[in-house]
Amino acid sequence: MSARKPISRVKAGTTEAVWVKWSLIGLALVFMTLFLFLPLAAVFTEAFRKGLGPFVEALKEPDAWSAIRLTLLTAAVAVPLNLVFGIAAAWSIAKFEFPGKSFLTTLVDLPFSVSPVVAGLIYVLMFGAQGWFGPWLQAHDIKIIFAVPGIVLATVFVTFPFIARELIPLMQAQGSDEEQAAIVLGATGWQTFWLVTLPKIKWGLIYGVILCNARAMGEFGAVSVVSGHIRGQTNTIPLHVEILYNEYQSVAAFAVATLLALLALVTLLIKSVVEWRHEKEMREAEAQPPEAPVTAPAVAPATSTVQASQGAIA
Amino acid sequence: MTTSVSHAPPKRGGAKRVLPGFRLTLGYTLMYLAVIVLIPLSALLFKTSTLSWDQFWNAVTAPRVLASYRLTFGASLIAALVNVVFGLLVAWVLVRYTFPFKKIVDALVDLPFALPTAVAGISLTALLAGNGWVGQYLEAWGLPVAFKPAGVVIALIFIGLPFVVRTVQPVLEDAEKELEEAATCLGATRLQTFVRVILPSIAPALLTGFAMAFARAIGEYGSVIFIAGNMPMISEITPLIIIGKLEQYDYAGATAVAVVMLVISFVLLLVINALQAWQRRHTGAPA
Repeated sequence: MSARKPISRVKAGTTEAVWVKWSLIGLALVFMTLFLFLPLAAVFTEAFRKGLGPFVEALKEPDAWSAIRLTLLTAAVAVPLNLVFGIAAAWSIAKFEFPGKSFLTTLVDLPFSVSPVVAGLIYVLMFGAQGWFGPWLQAHDIKIIFAVPGIVLATVFVTFPFIARELIPLMQAQGSDEEQAAIVLGATGWQTFWLVTLPKIKWGLIYGVILCNARAMGEFGAVSVVSGHIRGQTNTIPLHVEILYNEYQSVAAFAVATLLALLALVTLLIKSVVEWRHEKEMREAEAQPPEAPVTAPAVAPATSTVQASQGAIA
Repeated sequence: MTTSVSHAPPKRGGAKRVLPGFRLTLGYTLMYLAVIVLIPLSALLFKTSTLSWDQFWNAVTAPRVLASYRLTFGASLIAALVNVVFGLLVAWVLVRYTFPFKKIVDALVDLPFALPTAVAGISLTALLAGNGWVGQYLEAWGLPVAFKPAGVVIALIFIGLPFVVRTVQPVLEDAEKELEEAATCLGATRLQTFVRVILPSIAPALLTGFAMAFARAIGEYGSVIFIAGNMPMISEITPLIIIGKLEQYDYAGATAVAVVMLVISFVLLLVINALQAWQRRHTGAPA
């Protein structure tokens, strides 16, 4: 008995008493329910408050359809643009040393900390009627503000850092030994990227793309400043929700909002799957015998990757 | 990250630079950054420079604008503090304990990142309004929240929670249990161990999460405007002031207030970067 006592005391010392543990879990779950689960559930219950009929009615409206089309179009332009930028920025920042690198990394983060409303405003000041290019655009009959191009630009701005933010720490942690080996062995730059780098960063890439997409489709503040709220023309789904809500069409507003809530759920699902897959690969890489030297370097990067991707989302 | 290769001159002739694509990718990065971010932001500063100092000062210190700063900063501060407490709690529970549906709970933490802010706004309003699921009880207790400054705080807590959880969680996961065991062996109670050993080791992450949640809250617009009630002087946030001025075609006034917000967010960005650097040194993690 006496010999075992210190061991059990240490064990008790690094875990809490059972009642403490379950009260902490209970408190955390109550908080999560109130602040996260209830708002999500409320979207669906409010949407079906008057049954299926009004719900379907709200989604069949032509204005709702044009909002859906515009949102899809916006994301289809913004996400690929930021994807190419993210890869280029991560390649230059992670694989090379140059002066001003950390300042550049800070600048990449800048759009995250700018208020969405300010993000919209800067494009109004550039392209609006009284903006820098306003008179020229008017003379050439090009509309950017209160039109689709402005919405796309504002969306590109607010989703600017998502993919770069994900890839930079990931590629920095992985180093460039394998790429250098590929080049020395005679691969071209593109071959090295497609065959060596891309497979290593694919999870981080997917992760960044889905988060970027969720924000692109859901952005409200920045888009609201540049859109002009022209029904059927410059309304994205979130703006359409706002208009319906302000017109006291609560059921219709929530019905359209369920589309965005579903988008959020799908995003969370893909994100979780990506994380689980990644953890699985990491464990498999660790379990691999040391005589497989090709995969051995992958162990160290993989460990830091989860950290990096978790840090980057925050 | 200083490798031996890094001493190669950044200019032409660095034969040690094996990998291709430096000029292409850096050039594209800088060009894209300039076109999307830097030039538009400089338009804001340029527009401000056309104002006289008096015009600028009057625009950013009008009583209604000052009231909006108080609300925005006060509500953001309270929300970020609440998030530090509950974010730490959620992160702790997720890292240290196992319980049913843990994976779903873990995934749900990111909901505020994934759910569009406008949806969060109308849904929180529906919950907290007088006839809502939660609001009816709050009103019965004499604590109405919707269309009040308190509603702003609730929305900002929702928005900021994942920032704290996701910064603290990996640090807690990596925390060395040996330190806690040592503390216990030396006679510390569990609470002492938490306050003296665990809390100092996660303090940088906690502070980073706080700063991120605070920075996000200050600029937040979509989730707040539905629940705030938007009464001038009482429940009007600063981003809404900018929108209001824009709708009255007061571009100069909107720009002046926007510059104040931009400067604040830039300062916060630098603070967050410094905090993250401190955190990396603290934990000794690479990169």
